[in-house]
Amino acid sequence: MTETAAPTTPFTPPTRFAVPGRIAVGEQTASVWRTATLVSVRRETPRASTFRLAVPDWAGHLPGQHLMLRLTAEDGHVAQRHYSIASPPDDSGHIELTLDHVEGGEVSGWFHTVARPGDRIEVRGPLSGFFAWPGDRPALLVGAGSGVVPLMSMVRHHRARDLSVPLRLLVSARGPEDLIYAREFGPETTPVFTRRAPGGVPVGRLTAAHVAPFLAAPPPGGWEAYVCGSNSFAEHASRLLVEAGQPVDRIRIERFG
Amino acid sequence: MHVTRGFTGRPRVPDAGLPPGQYDAGKDWPVLSAEVTPHLAPGDWTFRIDGAVAEPRTWDWDAAHALPGSVYEGDIHCVTGWSKFGTRFGGVSLDAFLDAVRPDASATHAVAYAHTGYTANLPLADLRGGRAWIAFTYDDGKPLPAEHGGPARLLVPHLYFWKSTKWIAGLRLLDHDEPGFWERNGYHARGNPWEEQRYAGD
Repeated sequence: MTETAAPTTPFTPPTRFAVPGRIAVGEQTASVWRTATLVSVRRETPRASTFRLAVPDWAGHLPGQHLMLRLTAEDGHVAQRHYSIASPPDDSGHIELTLDHVEGGEVSGWFHTVARPGDRIEVRGPLSGFFAWPGDRPALLVGAGSGVVPLMSMVRHHRARDLSVPLRLLVSARGPEDLIYAREFGPETTPVFTRRAPGGVPVGRLTAAHVAPFLAAPPPGGWEAYVCGSNSFAEHASRLLVEAGQPVDRIRIERFG
Repeated sequence: MHVTRGFTGRPRVPDAGLPPGQYDAGKDWPVLSAEVTPHLAPGDWTFRIDGAVAEPRTWDWDAAHALPGSVYEGDIHCVTGWSKFGTRFGGVSLDAFLDAVRPDASATHAVAYAHTGYTANLPLADLRGGRAWIAFTYDDGKPLPAEHGGPARLLVPHLYFWKSTKWIAGLRLLDHDEPGFWERNGYHARGNPWEEQRYAGD
């Protein structure tokens, strides 16, 4: 017996279906390398800085998307990395990346020790629609360290458009001085400090108690959860969300690597 | 080529095993799944092949392990840029499973799907000829950890690793190509690292 799916009906596996991507990605946009110019550098924490780039003909992006960036040495050696976009979509012609200075990192090392305004680098994107948030559904954002970067694009978008859809951010950092974008956070954000905290604030990793209030009283239609950070943080945070009742198929995860 | 001012990069270690645009991750093995890691017991794991085949069939853990064992020793390449050299996976050649179901002459492609619902599309030819496995172990026979796709994952090491579907649940054979999860999100239909087929349009 032969079972052949009709070409017009996309095959859906007989299992719980993974969350679909949020947008269709333009193939042309994604395949073109553009030369961006570094406009300014802004320090965020002792380890992280924000690099503002002017990108000619940037097609725009959705909060949560990333790009691929490449640096080229004189002998032709190329280093490529994927970085999340920190800025909101409607920042015409400019995008911002916030990069940790990774020890021995050949790309982040160049950004943190060599780069200066006027330098030119190549980027392609925006890429991948899976982790994008168009601002349509309630968003529960959970990040750690520089995992907050794509989530900040969502927070900024929410604020810039004065969206009424609920958005909450749980962000984990080692201490207040390591909290990227600390000055920009508002009542939508709950910081969690794992090593050092201001007086009166508990120290420790993200727990079920942090997540519970949001899932005990979810907004109508429930949350779309976006988790970003190291693999160990992503495993921990996503498990907490599932245990608190967030449906598995409404958790999107972006892990470093 | 646009040379970046002041960029020298890491020391050049000529390596014929490194596809274009990739770097050697060394001992690291990053985890990049986009969904919540499922913790599947071997007793709950099944693997099915159906679609354009003569005899659709489902294997459970014991039935799959009754097939002849096969080992892959070599490199793996992730689309995010890292490559990992000298990996060792143990499992069963996909040829053993495909021979049992006897694909139709019309079958040209497959959609691999996970117990989570993740999907990836592959040309059938890339799953044939001793180039694809169902892997149960890595290193010296250690069970594959859940975050790396355990108890069983598809292994197609000559393509970017998103094709090597974790928590593999089945293959549906088709007479046409149909994009999977990442392929619908902007990634390349085939994903050959040696041709740097990362994104649609590459």
